[in-house]
Amino acid sequence: MSDASTGVSASGMAPVVMIDRGPDIHEPSIPDDWELVCGLEVHVELSTATKLFCGCANAFGAEPNTNVCPTCLGLPGSLPVINEKAVTDAMRLGRALNCTVQPAVMARKNYFYPDMPKDFQTSQYDKPTNENGWLDLPDGTRINVERAHIEEDTGKSTHVGGDGRISSAEYSLIDYNRAGVPLLEIVSRPDIRTAEEAKAYVSELRGIVLALGVSDARMEEGSMRVDANISVRPRGTDELRLRCEVKNINSISSLGRAIQHEANRHIDLYLTGDRPIQETRHWDEEAGRTRSGRSKEDAEDYRYFPEPDLVPLEPSAEELQAIDESMPQLPAAIRSELMTAAEIGVEDAGLLVDRGDAVFALEAIGAGADGSRVAVHLINNLADGVGALTPASFAELVAMETGGDLSSTQTKEVLAEMAGTGGSAKDIAAAKGFEAMDTGELDGLIDGLIADHADEWSRFCGDDEGDAKKMAGFFTGQIMKATRGQADGKVVAQLLNARKG
Amino acid sequence: MTHAQPAAFGTAHSIAAAVRSGERTAASVVDEHLARIDAAEGEVNAYNHVMAAEARAAAADLDVRIAAGEDVGPLAGVPVTLKDNMCTRGVPTTCSSKILEGWHPPYSATVVDRLAAAGAIAVGKANLDEFAMGSSTENSAFGPTRNPHNLGTVPGGSSGGSAAAVAAGFSPLSLGSDTGGSIRQPASFCGLVGVKPTYGAVSRYGLIAFGSSLDQIGPFATDVADAALSYEVIAGHDERDSTSVAQPALAVSSKLDAGVEGLRVGIISEMVGGSIEGLAPDVLARTTAAADALVAAGATVDECSIPTSIHGIAAYYMVAPAEASSNLARFDGVRYGLREDGNNTAAMNTASRTAGFGDEVKRRIMLGTYALSAGYRDAYYGKAQQVRAKMAEEFASVYERFDVLLTPTAPSTAFAFGAKADPMAMYLNDVYTIPSNLVGHPAISVPFGAGDDGMPIGVQVLAPLMGEVVMFQVAAELERAAGGAA
Repeated sequence: MSDASTGVSASGMAPVVMIDRGPDIHEPSIPDDWELVCGLEVHVELSTATKLFCGCANAFGAEPNTNVCPTCLGLPGSLPVINEKAVTDAMRLGRALNCTVQPAVMARKNYFYPDMPKDFQTSQYDKPTNENGWLDLPDGTRINVERAHIEEDTGKSTHVGGDGRISSAEYSLIDYNRAGVPLLEIVSRPDIRTAEEAKAYVSELRGIVLALGVSDARMEEGSMRVDANISVRPRGTDELRLRCEVKNINSISSLGRAIQHEANRHIDLYLTGDRPIQETRHWDEEAGRTRSGRSKEDAEDYRYFPEPDLVPLEPSAEELQAIDESMPQLPAAIRSELMTAAEIGVEDAGLLVDRGDAVFALEAIGAGADGSRVAVHLINNLADGVGALTPASFAELVAMETGGDLSSTQTKEVLAEMAGTGGSAKDIAAAKGFEAMDTGELDGLIDGLIADHADEWSRFCGDDEGDAKKMAGFFTGQIMKATRGQADGKVVAQLLNARKG
Repeated sequence: MTHAQPAAFGTAHSIAAAVRSGERTAASVVDEHLARIDAAEGEVNAYNHVMAAEARAAAADLDVRIAAGEDVGPLAGVPVTLKDNMCTRGVPTTCSSKILEGWHPPYSATVVDRLAAAGAIAVGKANLDEFAMGSSTENSAFGPTRNPHNLGTVPGGSSGGSAAAVAAGFSPLSLGSDTGGSIRQPASFCGLVGVKPTYGAVSRYGLIAFGSSLDQIGPFATDVADAALSYEVIAGHDERDSTSVAQPALAVSSKLDAGVEGLRVGIISEMVGGSIEGLAPDVLARTTAAADALVAAGATVDECSIPTSIHGIAAYYMVAPAEASSNLARFDGVRYGLREDGNNTAAMNTASRTAGFGDEVKRRIMLGTYALSAGYRDAYYGKAQQVRAKMAEEFASVYERFDVLLTPTAPSTAFAFGAKADPMAMYLNDVYTIPSNLVGHPAISVPFGAGDDGMPIGVQVLAPLMGEVVMFQVAAELERAAGGAA
C-alpha cells in the first residue's frame, strides 16, 4: 500500500518482502480449520573459483565436459582434496544463521545415478558443519534451521526420448561440468505455517547468502534450489502427518503456488477419507500442479559412512573468530538501519535490500541527504538501477531538492540524466536552465493572481476543505504555467498558505 | 620346477650405482630383464601387461640424460614392476578385472611419477587378485600367477604378480598394495622383503581403491636395503592425498647397520599361542628362531598381549568390504570400462557389473552393502570401527614397553592352487597381517629361512605409527641373522 504523498509505504504494513514479485498465488488459500506444516531444503551453489574436491573451474555455462578432471569424473584411483574456501563459506553462512559451527566429518551417501561420477555423493551426515540455528523473517517470525551442511553437486543429465525421464529415455547425455561443485544444503525445521512465510524465508535466506557473497543464488540458473516438505494437519493439533517432498520449484512465486496446491491436495484427500502417500513430487509450472515422482516407501538406503579419503574438518578458534570479525552487515540489520535513517517501513526497506540498493541509500543518507527523499527516488525513480550515480552526487541532488533549488519534477529529470551519464547535479541543472525561483518573484506572481482571481482566492481561504484544495491546485497550476514549471511546488504551497494568513 | 632367480641382474642398489657411473647402460639393463621376462613369463604369469616398448624408450631417454651428465636419481635404470591397480598414464590398468579391461588412465599415480623421477623404469603391470581381493592371486580375471619357487603353489596375494616378478628376476623391485597383508604375505611366500608403510606415509593418489582406510602402497625387494631405498623414493607428503602424512619420507636407510642392542622386542602371545588355528609348526619354529637371533644380537624379547588381535579378521571383513562396496560403485558401465547393454540405465548398470566382476568381488560388495545397510550399520560397520579403536589403544599401550613386535607373517608357506577354495579358509591367511592395517601401523616381512617343504618363510616386524626407521633397523638385523643379506 503506497502513500500518495511520499510514494513510500506506511511503516509496519505488509509483512512480507519478495524478490520476484511474480504473479500472486492463485491457488485457493488453505481452509481455516487446517494448518500447513512445511520445512524447506534449500541448496545453494557456492561461487568458489574451483570445485569442492579438485582444481577444476566452478563456472556456469561452459561447453559440456570441459571443466573436468580425474577427481570430479570419479576416475578410478582419484582422490578428493577439500576446498578450504568452501568450508569457510559454509561456516560463515552457519554463523549468519545462528548455528552451532562445529567440527565436522564428510560422509558418503551411496546411490547409483549416471550423472554422479562415483555413484556416491560426498556430503555430511551425522556431523554436519552447522547445526541448530534460526532465521528470523522480516515480520519477526522465527524459523529454526536444523542444519546447513556441505556437499558436492552432481552432473547434469539430459534424457532423450521417452517421456524425458531416465526410465524411458532412448539415451541420455551427461555434462559433468557441474559435478563436484560445492553446495550448501540448508534444512529448516518444519516451522513454516503459510506459503507467504515460506517465500519470506527463501527471500531472507537469499539476502543473507548475497550479503555474505558466497553464492549468486540464482534460482533460474539453478544456483539456488528449493525443495519443500509439505504436510497439513487440523488446526489446533500438533500432529505431524505424512509429508510429500516437492521438487522442481524454479522461483519464489512458484514456491508459494506449489505449497498452496500441495497442501490443498492433502486436505482434499483427508476430506474424502483418503490420505496422501509419502513420496517425492514434481512441481509442474505450466499445469500448476504437482505430479507423483519416486515413492519414498521404496526409498533408497543411502548407507552413509564417514568418507575415508578425507580427514575431519576441525575449525580452529582463530578461524571462527576471523569469520565473526569479517561478518558483513546482514539484511535484517541493514533493513532496521534503513527504516530508521529513511523513516520507511519494513517492506520498502526490504525492497531496497533485495534490489541491492541498501548500502547505496545509507551512504547517500550518510552524506547528508534527506532519508525519505533518498528512499522515494530509489524506489520509484531508480527502479532500473542507480547507473552512473554515486552516493555523493545523489546526496548533492537531494540537498538541492530539499533546499528548494529544484522542484521535484526538475529533480527527477536531473536524476535520470545523472544515472545515465554521470555528472554533477549542479552542472546538469544549470545546463537545463533549472534556476531556483526567487521567492520575491513568486510573491509578485501571487499578488497578481490574487488581484485577477478574487473569487477563487476567497474560496481558497474558505472553510470548505475540498474546495480549498481544488483552488490550491488552481493557483499552483497558474504559477507553474507562468514559470514554465520552474517553480518548486512545495515552495509555492508554502507561500500560498502563508498568504492565507 | 623353479623359476626363482631374485635379483637376477643385481639388486636395485647395484644396478643404480652401475648405471649412474656409466658402467652399465639403462638400455642394457632393461633388455636383460625383458629377455628374462620373455623366457619365464609364460609359466609364471606375473604380468597383465609388459611395458616393453615404454621401458626401452624410457631407458634410451635416461641414457641420453646420463651421458649429458645429469643426475637421474637414486633408482637410475632400475626396472620396476607395478601392481596393476596403480594408474599409469596411457598404459592399460585393469585391477585384473574384466570390468576395467581396455581402460587407459589419463593420469599416473603419484608413486608411478615418483619412481620415474628417481630414474626407475616401469617394465610391466603385475597381476593381482581382482581389485586386490584375495590372498593367492587366484581371483584374477586373467588367470593365476604361479610362485617362481614352485609353480604348483600360489605366490600369495593379492600382490602375487608383483611378488612373483621380483622372485623370478623380472625386476629387482616392485610395488604392491596392502589392505590386509597383500604385500607381506606374498613376500613371505616368495622369499622377499615386503613393506606395508604407515597409513599415509605413501600417497594413495592413483591407487584404485579397495578399502580406502586400510590401503597402503609399499615395495617388494630382494633385500632390506633395496626395500628401504625404494621406500624413501615413494614416501613423503602428497597434497593430492588428504590422508597423506604431512612430512617428508623418513630416512629409513639410516640405521640399517645400527644393530638391535638394547631394543625391546615384543612377541604378541595371541599370535603364537593356541588362540589362532592353523599356525604351522615350521613357521612357529622360524619365528622363535628369529626372536632368538634378536636376543643374540643384544635385543630383549618378551611376550605381550593384544587381546583384540584375534578379532582382527572379523573387524576387517566388515570395514574393508563396506568401503569396497562404495569404492566399486563407480564401475557402472557409464563412463569407462565394460558396458553390457540393457533396456534402461539401471539394467545396463546391472548387466555390466554382473558380467564385469568376479565372484569374490561380488561376495565382498554384497557383504559390505549389508554391513552398511540401515538397521545393521551400527551392529556391523560401527562395531568393527570400535574394535579398531580398541585395538589401537592396546597397541599404543604395548608400545610403551616395546620398540617393535615380532610375529609370523603368514600361518604357513605357500599353498597349492585350489587348497583354500573355502573363502573363510583363505581369509584366515591374513590373521597376522590384518591388525597393522586396522590400526594404520607399519609392518615388514623379512625372509627367515625355509619350511619343511623347502619354501620360503617370512617373519613380520611391527612398529608404531611412523616407526619405520626402527622397523627397518630390526629387519636388517634379521636379514643378517638369516644370512640372506645380498
